[in-house]
Amino acid sequence: MEINTPFFKQRAHDALKDENLQKALGNLKAGFPEKRAIAVERMPEFEELRNQGRDLKNHILEHLDLYLEQFESKVIENGGQVHWARTSEDANRIILDLCKQVDAKTVTKGKSMVTEEIGLNDFLEANGVQPVETDLGEYILQLRGDHPSHIIAPAIHLNLEDVSETFHKHHNRPKSDDPAVLMQEAREVLRDKFVAADVGITGANFCVAETGSTIIVTNEGNGDLTQTLPKTHIVVTSIEKVVPTLEDMTLFLRLLARSATGQEFTVYNTLSTGSRREGDQDGPENFHVVLVDNGRSEMVGSEFQDMLRCIRCSACMNHCPVYGAVGGHSYGWVYPGPMGSVLTPQMIGIEKGGMLPNASTFCGKCESVCPVKIPLPKLMRHWREDEFQKHLQPKAARYGLAGWAFLAKRPTLYKPYTRMASWFMKRLAGKKGRIKKLPLAGGWTDWRDMPAPQGTTFMQAWKEQQKAGEQP
Amino acid sequence: MPNTPSGPRVGLFVTCLADMFRPSVAFATVKLLEQAGCSVEVPERQTCCGQPAFNSGDRKTTADIARQTIDAFDGYEYVVGPSGSCIGMLHYYPEVFDPADSYYQRALDLKSRSFEITSFLFDVIGADVLQDQLKQLQFNHKVTYHDSCSGLRQMGIKQQPRQLLQQVQGIELEEMEEAETCCGFGGTFCVKYPEISNRMVSNKTDYISNTGAHTLLGGDLGCLLNMAGKLKREGKQVEARHVVEILAGMTDIPAIGEADYDLAQQL
Ligand code: SF4
Repeated sequence: MEINTPFFKQRAHDALKDENLQKALGNLKAGFPEKRAIAVERMPEFEELRNQGRDLKNHILEHLDLYLEQFESKVIENGGQVHWARTSEDANRIILDLCKQVDAKTVTKGKSMVTEEIGLNDFLEANGVQPVETDLGEYILQLRGDHPSHIIAPAIHLNLEDVSETFHKHHNRPKSDDPAVLMQEAREVLRDKFVAADVGITGANFCVAETGSTIIVTNEGNGDLTQTLPKTHIVVTSIEKVVPTLEDMTLFLRLLARSATGQEFTVYNTLSTGSRREGDQDGPENFHVVLVDNGRSEMVGSEFQDMLRCIRCSACMNHCPVYGAVGGHSYGWVYPGPMGSVLTPQMIGIEKGGMLPNASTFCGKCESVCPVKIPLPKLMRHWREDEFQKHLQPKAARYGLAGWAFLAKRPTLYKPYTRMASWFMKRLAGKKGRIKKLPLAGGWTDWRDMPAPQGTTFMQAWKEQQKAGEQP
Repeated sequence: MPNTPSGPRVGLFVTCLADMFRPSVAFATVKLLEQAGCSVEVPERQTCCGQPAFNSGDRKTTADIARQTIDAFDGYEYVVGPSGSCIGMLHYYPEVFDPADSYYQRALDLKSRSFEITSFLFDVIGADVLQDQLKQLQFNHKVTYHDSCSGLRQMGIKQQPRQLLQQVQGIELEEMEEAETCCGFGGTFCVKYPEISNRMVSNKTDYISNTGAHTLLGGDLGCLLNMAGKLKREGKQVEARHVVEILAGMTDIPAIGEADYDLAQQL
């Protein structure tokens, strides 16, 4: 996918002016966070589950190689194959080869952010294989030539009218703005595609080491058809998704559903364990798991390791005031919101991704809702440290900081300087008590007044008061 | 009120915004601490908590300022300041030192001694200590309270200011929608991403004015300057004050961004 992250500011500017987008974002705010809050309230032990989730993920990350190897051998035992992909390119090539082996013309796809990350659709299309998205949101986006703006609700930036328009254009049917009719329409169109597909590609929410199973959770059931109808099922997922046991998986399923949509459990939880066995009613003849690394193993043991705990629930972005203001596309690549602000620089480089970890007030809301307690602000700060060391921040910001630091480290200089600044701003405000336009602070006064200081510093006033008090 | 040195010896962490923009907030903090029986001192060698450096990724400057602050506040039983965010920064100091560094232990020690003012009064001194003074105060207005992010999520400050305010006569607290959502200040964020910050503070001022409150209260001057500045720009008739101004009965001083007031003339 094209990288537009360096244009975050411009994209955010456009997003703030886009009325349709703002309307759609308004719906998000009222949706997921409220549902999550209710679900959490109904479960007194939720906090304890978060701790367990965090600890278990930490344990897994300490023994990642072990669990991945166990997972691989179980998949093979069950008649499947595991393919290791160090980079996006490796992953795409492996998947294309698998498609070619069965002479695939079309593949159906369940929702998968990893395939977005590696840019699979474009790659397959360029090589003569037609991917068909079957998740309703992804399907709409594919028709529009668009990309997800949210990791679990990919088309959250669209309104009903947009969908109605798109379907009308592509389906050759009368225009409707009844969600039920639109849904039915998509079902009918997709049914034929499910049957015709040679390969089904899905992601995986978790990979279970003890059984070699992968699981997808959906609320539409499209994933089931994607993975059971075609002869070949390819699971494309990433190395940090492995969990030791089925029981461990259920811990994360409980955390995931509540954190994501406020459900107690997602509607469809579908496990895939190897290829079709004798006597099985259905299932693929060929079962492949492509395990994508793409920079993740570098994070193990680094200051960013905590990020690998992420279970892609989206709670952090649902609660993020910055995401809520500018939407997912502003972030300019696959992963938006706080989790994206940590992951994206890892995957595309801090030189291109630096805008994102800076676009945060560090309000901490994301960390407070994250089901596996990832310290997202702290990790964003680590990226800023990386930028600082590499002198990547804009000159004005660096010099400003250096000037301020020079004074802040010298209390005897700092005091007269702050006194002067206070006095100066006070004069600038005149009698009004506030400043409408402050030189060098346009970022502030273009949008709001600057309340005037009280005329001198506390340190000065205190000193004078103490002196006066000492006089007899 | 004269110092009653029977109580703990407290070093006031002024905070750079109170120092430069609103000394009355620091005076109000001193007054409350003295009413609570503390003897208050203001260490000369304090400047800023170092948060701008910390959040810009400049660990070296952060560590330099941390050392300076740790030295300045050596020996005080408590360190108290009128900001959850700045005191929160003091609590981050252990993170900037290697555990082998001698300042690491001292940073941990400072962390255990430093408190935001409402949390200090309520959690350390005890809710009832200021009862008599607070009961004598009168503030016949509806107020609403903004929970600043670091105070709320890092320092656990939520009930403390509300419980203290509740004891003031005539005050009516009306909670706004999304009181816990960031106002968009975020230190340098508000000048680095002014448009996004503007959206966030605009949402906030809507929620504030929807309550019909006469006064917006909060515990952090950064957020208050941001929200007050926006309220003024929008022409909304809501005053903004730091919570300690109410608790110390210092409401005769004009609210943030209101009419002329010159502290230099008062001295
Ligand atoms: S970082 Fe946490 S809150 Fe955000 S998607 Fe990942 S698990 Fe969910």
